[in-house]
Amino acid sequence: MSSLSTKQQILISGVGAVSPAGWSADELVTATLANKILPHQELTREGCEHSCKIRRVPKPQQKQSFARHPRLRRASAISRYVAAAGLEALGDTRATAVTEEKLRLGIIVVFATGCVTYTRRFFEEMLDDPSLASPILFPETVFNAPASHLSAILGSTGTSYTLLADSAGFLSGLQLARDWLLTDQCDGCLVIGAEETDWLISEAVHLFSREAILAEGAGALYLEKSESPASSTSPKAQLCQLTPPLLYTNRQDKKSAAAKMRDLLEINPSQEKQTLLVDGLQGVRASDQIEAGTWQDWQGRRLSPRRLVGDALGASVAWQCVNAVTLLDNSYHDCCSAIVSGIGLNQQSQAAIFSSHY
Amino acid sequence: MPTGNGQLHRNQSYNRVVISGAGIVTSMGLGWENSTDGFRAGTQAFRDITLFDTSRQRVHQAGQVMLPDHLPSTRLKKRQLARIDRASQLLIHVTAEALKQSSWSADDLGEDIAISLGSSAGAMFCGEKFTQSAIEQPNHRVGQASRIHLYQTQHQARTLEDAFGIQGLVNIISNACASGANAIGHAFRLLKYGLHQKAIAGGYDALSQLVFAGFDSLQALTTTLPPRPFDANRDGLALGEGAAVLVLETLDSARQRNADILAEICGYGTATDIHHLAQPHPEGDAALSSMKSACHEAQLNPQDIQYINSHGTGTPKNDIAEGRAIQRWAGAHCNQVCVSSTKASIGHLLGGAGAVETVISLMALQGQWLPPTTTIHTPDPVCTFDLVRESRDARLDAVLSNSFGFGGANATLILKKFA
Repeated sequence: MSSLSTKQQILISGVGAVSPAGWSADELVTATLANKILPHQELTREGCEHSCKIRRVPKPQQKQSFARHPRLRRASAISRYVAAAGLEALGDTRATAVTEEKLRLGIIVVFATGCVTYTRRFFEEMLDDPSLASPILFPETVFNAPASHLSAILGSTGTSYTLLADSAGFLSGLQLARDWLLTDQCDGCLVIGAEETDWLISEAVHLFSREAILAEGAGALYLEKSESPASSTSPKAQLCQLTPPLLYTNRQDKKSAAAKMRDLLEINPSQEKQTLLVDGLQGVRASDQIEAGTWQDWQGRRLSPRRLVGDALGASVAWQCVNAVTLLDNSYHDCCSAIVSGIGLNQQSQAAIFSSHY
Repeated sequence: MPTGNGQLHRNQSYNRVVISGAGIVTSMGLGWENSTDGFRAGTQAFRDITLFDTSRQRVHQAGQVMLPDHLPSTRLKKRQLARIDRASQLLIHVTAEALKQSSWSADDLGEDIAISLGSSAGAMFCGEKFTQSAIEQPNHRVGQASRIHLYQTQHQARTLEDAFGIQGLVNIISNACASGANAIGHAFRLLKYGLHQKAIAGGYDALSQLVFAGFDSLQALTTTLPPRPFDANRDGLALGEGAAVLVLETLDSARQRNADILAEICGYGTATDIHHLAQPHPEGDAALSSMKSACHEAQLNPQDIQYINSHGTGTPKNDIAEGRAIQRWAGAHCNQVCVSSTKASIGHLLGGAGAVETVISLMALQGQWLPPTTTIHTPDPVCTFDLVRESRDARLDAVLSNSFGFGGANATLILKKFA
């Protein structure tokens, strides 16, 4: 392994997304910029008096070649989201390089709830009669099944971690990717946050807020370091800063963790006008209180994609990052940096700064 | 020189990483002292499952842990103690033991410590309660918010932090049955590269009805307990539950406080087996890659390693694939490598397996003995290595622990005597 170097920059060279807006990062960003709240559906089930609001991923408008892979034939939706977002972020050329063992790829997938649909279905079968529960469903309930399918599609035998965390965990995934790259454990790294909807998790979210709208999908970033022969000649942004994850404990509540997170960001007030804030506001008062308070005096531009597409738990901060990187790459209102605020539900607050200078 | 917050320091050479504390709980017992004799003798510790109903399943026993009525003294509030889940209890017991052994002071705990945990199911028991209630009583919401809160895996990490006043980076890795080994390997790398100076790393899983029914549905559970890893007539695995945690620190950190060093972690390897979601490549390609990678990092050759604590589930496909990988890895040296599977004694602990088996390997290294697999009647022909079937003493300098999981997650750890 090569020695550590702080001269290396961590570059974002690809983005991918699957969301209620469609099967690409462009569709997600277009929906964000349109600032129009996407339509939702009411999810009901027999015997339940309550309905829940959700935003599902639409059916793809064209056939997807990866979907024909044998691994995805009986996989649940979340595996297809992970594969689609990951492959989009990686791009065809790099995907071929991985398959040909010319690029050592690290894969990090982050979930809050993961493969909930098959887990719930298997559990229902088990309650009915455990001796008849389906052996086809069970392996797909394992948290790392989607990461495994993506590795198989790419033919990648390198390191793959599935991390469990609240929505801010995607930024911990970026931190892990950065560490892997700077210690030469891989040439490039995909970080993917994903979730799928199911009545089970929708009702769980509904317990905490009846206004909340659960969404599903995935967001992905492809990271590489600047001084690598495999690096892209046209990166989209640089990952400049990641705050440490500020945990919620008996000694540090969510509000103080979020405040500390903001204090740790290396942005002074004079820079705010050139900085885009992509926050986690959902348009739900109870959930937004701390996020709103943390950024109440923000002077710069601000986007809140969760308010438009919904809260997709482990995928939400990934979508915020996809928006931030894409908009910087497109010189959005001459912003030269973007902050992604990750104030997680019940574990940690963490933030990232991306820059268009690299 | 605490670096804190994961920031890389320029011109830093790699750190040596040592183990200064360990905690373990399995069906064999709670704590190192209560477990050593059983693992050394290859005793089986399976009992009737009382945590859930198995009357409609083929199998009724597992390596269920007998937990004491009380937890060790911690900083948890009454409210937290009142609703603590089984997985968190397992974690607290082993962390208390590991911290006591390490002699970390309150000041040590107040520093930036990396917490790296592996679990495949977390507190699935709480998730099951939530789901069952939602299915059977869809309009009854009392207690549901609490159940879903407790179910989330980050809750166990939070409980651990609150229990011992630890504040630091948390990573929860869920790579199926390799999770515990990945968590230790991840912490090892954080310390090796100077991203942190201290870590608490390990794995855990409590028995859950869903997971039990899942393995039963795959017909992966043995119906003729005890399990017989590497036996020609093996017919499946037994499930177990438990946890293990290691206190890790850089050698500099341990020396500064004159810590007792139990062993050194010197190598970690990973590989992804893309053959099938739930079956290994028959020639053990990824297992071989993982073992080679760990040896490369440890700067050791197969002849430098005296003992392998195998993944050894007792399923027909795993044991053949792992056996082939060991043969290919060891080459001409194969018949001199001692191999056993401690899953014959306590079952397969899933996300906890890699961590628990690392601690068993550590016990063996410390005591200079080999934990046997005493359930083998007829060794499988793949066992051209020295299959340890009876308790024996040995001179051990370095040991290797394999962990493989669904999704093709393969991980290998190498420990060596500290010198």
